[in-house]
Order: sequence, then C-alpha cells, then structure tokens
Amino acid sequence: MLERIFIHLKELILAGAGKYLSGTWLDLLSLVINMVVVLMFAPLLMMYLTWLERKLVARIQDRWGPNRVGPWGLLQPVADGIKMILKEDITPAAADHVLHVMAPILIVIPALMMFAVIPFGRGMIAVNLNIGIFFFISISALETMAVVMAGWSSRNKYSLLGGMRSAAQIISYEVPLGLSLIPVIMYVGNLSTQSIARAQSGFHGLHWFILHPWGFLGFLLFMITGIAEINRTPFDTPEGESELVGGYHTEYSGMKFALFQMAEFLSAFAISGMAATLFLGGWNGPILPSWLWFMMKSMAIFFVLIWFRGTFPRFRIDQVMAFAWKFLLPLALLNIFVAAIDYYIHGLIGYAASWVFMLGCFFAIWAINSGGAAKPYTGPVTTPTPAAL
Amino acid sequence: MTGYASNYTFLGIFFLMVTVFAAIPVIASRIVRPRKPSTIKQDPYECGMEKVGDAWVQFKIQYYLYALVFIVFDVEVVLIVPWAVVFKQLGFFAFAEMAIFLMILFLGLIYVWRKRDLEWY
Repeated sequence: MLERIFIHLKELILAGAGKYLSGTWLDLLSLVINMVVVLMFAPLLMMYLTWLERKLVARIQDRWGPNRVGPWGLLQPVADGIKMILKEDITPAAADHVLHVMAPILIVIPALMMFAVIPFGRGMIAVNLNIGIFFFISISALETMAVVMAGWSSRNKYSLLGGMRSAAQIISYEVPLGLSLIPVIMYVGNLSTQSIARAQSGFHGLHWFILHPWGFLGFLLFMITGIAEINRTPFDTPEGESELVGGYHTEYSGMKFALFQMAEFLSAFAISGMAATLFLGGWNGPILPSWLWFMMKSMAIFFVLIWFRGTFPRFRIDQVMAFAWKFLLPLALLNIFVAAIDYYIHGLIGYAASWVFMLGCFFAIWAINSGGAAKPYTGPVTTPTPAAL
Repeated sequence: MTGYASNYTFLGIFFLMVTVFAAIPVIASRIVRPRKPSTIKQDPYECGMEKVGDAWVQFKIQYYLYALVFIVFDVEVVLIVPWAVVFKQLGFFAFAEMAIFLMILFLGLIYVWRKRDLEWY
C-alpha cells in the first residue's frame, strides 16, 4: 500500500479530471502533474538541505548551527528566503547587466531539469526518457555556461578567475564522468534510468552494481567527478573564499546569490540521487517502500558530501587538473576493460579476475602518478625582508 | 500520444515552466527590495582597495589547450555510448575493435602527458 501511495494519489486526480477532460488533454494533465510535483519537491528539498548542511557542518566544528528560528532552527531557511528577497541588489556599474541578470536564472534551469530523469521510486519518475542518463550528463554540464557568464559579466578579477577555473575544471571532469557510466550502460544495455534501477533488483533488491569490481571503481569515479562537477569542497577552487573571495559569485547579492546557492544544492542532490540509482541499486531494497529506499540512499550520499566539506582541505588548481587528466581519466578508460573481463570470463573466476585487474590498474596508475609528485622543491628560496613587506 | 512524443512534449513544457520558476524570484525581489545606488557601492569588489586596471583582459592560453584536449576525449565518450548500449549483442569482435580504438586514444593521452601539456603553470 505504502509502496504505491503516490502513484495512487496521481491516479485519483486523473480519474477525477477524467469526467471533464478527454484524450490528449488528460495526457497533458498527467505530464503537468509530474512537473508540478518536481517543481514543488525540489525547492522544498533544497531549503532543508541547506538547513541539514549548516547543522551538520556546525556539529563537525563543535558549534550549534541555526537554532533560533523555530524548533531546532527548522524555520531558518524561510527566514533566509525572506531576507534574501528584501536585500538590496548591488551590481558593479561597469558590469554587463543583461548577462549579469541572466546567469543566476540560467544556472537554475539545468539544476531543475536534472530532476526530470531521476527515478524516485518504482514507476515514480517525472519522464522515463529512453536516453535518460545521457540527458542527465549533458544537462548537468550546461551549468558551466552560466558560471562562466556570471564570472565574465561581473567585470571583477576574482569573478573572472573563478569563472575560468570553473570552466577548466568542469570540462576536465566531464570526460571521466561520462566514461565512468560506460560499464553500467554495457551491463544494462539501456540508457533509461528506470531500466538501470530495475536491472539491480536481483537478490531481493540487493544486487547492487557497487558489488561488481567495475561498479566499485565506477562509483568512486562517479562520486569524485560528480563532486568536482558541482564545485563542492574539496574541489571548490572556482569559489575558494581564501583566494578568490567568492569566485564567480563575488558580485552577486540578494536573490541572485540565493539562486546560485539553490542550483548548487539541487545539483548536489541530483548527483547523490544519480549515484544511488546507478551504483547503489536505486529504489531497490527489501521490505521498505521503494521511494523510502531511494531517499535513504541519496541522503546517505549527501551526508558524505557534507562530511567531505567539513573535513577536507581545498585542492590547489594544478592538483585538481592533474588529478582529472592523469589519474581519473586512465582509470575510467581501464574500467571499460574491467567490465569486459567480468562479462567475457564466466563464473567466479571472471569475477575474481576482474577484481584483481581493477585493483592492479588502480595501484599501477597511483604508482605512475606518485613518481613525479614526491620530488621535493629544489628551486631558489627567498625570504622576504621587512623592507619588501 | 505515443511515449516518444509525450516524453519530448514533457521536456519542452518543463523547460518553459522551469525558466518561469527561476525568473520569478529575481523579478519579485526587483519589486520588493530597496534601491539606493552609490558610486562606491557600484565599484567592483577588490577587498576594499581601489580597483587597478580592467578585468576584461587577454587570458591565459592554458585554458584553451585544455579545451582542445577535452574535445577529443568528449567526442570519444559520445562515440562509446552507442557501442556500450549494444555491447552484449555485438559480440567479441566489436569489443576488440573498441579496444583498439581505446588504445589509440590512450596513446594520445600518453602523448599529451609526455608533451607536458597537462601541467598547469
């Protein structure tokens, strides 16, 4: 009963509307209901994700976090929203005003479009697109356009640097992100996210792809590249406050800044949800309803993202770029061969062989990379004199 | 409506709704918020100092090199996706072909690496 509660609700509405509408209009209504549900769910989710992040980061840093507005600070996101909308908007006089206004709007569009192909439960997906996962990665990459637009149009050096870094970082991590999905697509033979979730329903819903060697490596690659794609710590060089003030959103205030925050949290949740769908079995699981399993898994991954933010220091930009091209990209290419070994050699031998091959690739590429990086600095050392300071 | 048509009708309408949804807060805040501009406020923020020079300058070539390497590998990803969908039906020969293709690209990566174009100066 609980399993299909949301589907029954929608069927009830459609049956009620069936008396007044017919054929095509009823189909359209069914689509519009899906859209409205996504558009209501996503902002509400984002409000409480910000609350959760502030609470958890506060806990990591031995603080209380928001606790004044409502019980446990639960109304804090509402108060923030009111404050943001009433705040004066300060734009540099020299900025490109049209692009400056367009950028925050354009960054929210892909963040919300991504929610259209996330399967929230058995039969609960806004649109079961036959190219679902491909749509997801192509749409998520569009966010960089808005970030570059924001950085360039502000006419501020920090903003410009942040925008350019973001572009360089996102295109570098785009390649391993796309390649980390290939083994899953090879195994499932379908690009639809609903079919990918359904393919993991064996063993009472516990046949998750992370148990395969290619799924394990793919999950690690997807998470790392996903975090880099959405510019979160430890890959938040485009908005690193210790070097670039606020990065691409230095010159944004009020509601425009809130939209950037919104896009960041929405895409963080979308990446968590997609990682849960692709590698952790999606909505599959024993006993509990499918949508509850999906939410539990994606919130667990989102918790890990917050945990990273609370504990990891930021990478330098050269480390970020080298990590993508020299470590993740070769591993993502070799992961396709890991999947092929698992497929072509049958039984337990193939499974063991692909684990060994996967671990071998991992440590080999690690060894190649650490060869050059371990060298100590041998250049000239200059100590600034008081006069030079 | 067939599944295919309804899927893309959905995306079309959803795109319009999302655009309106994203524009509403910006327009609403334009109506509600105070507006007291001044020359100091409208300067670009450079840690409180007076600004030095323009931000729109010629930029580092390194970003362009990364973009070139990116295009090669992203086209590769797009080429692999259709192959991966039919991987199980095509059999071992198609896999061997793809392996050769991947090896050639791997050589390309090694070449770029050895040419030190992946270093960030």
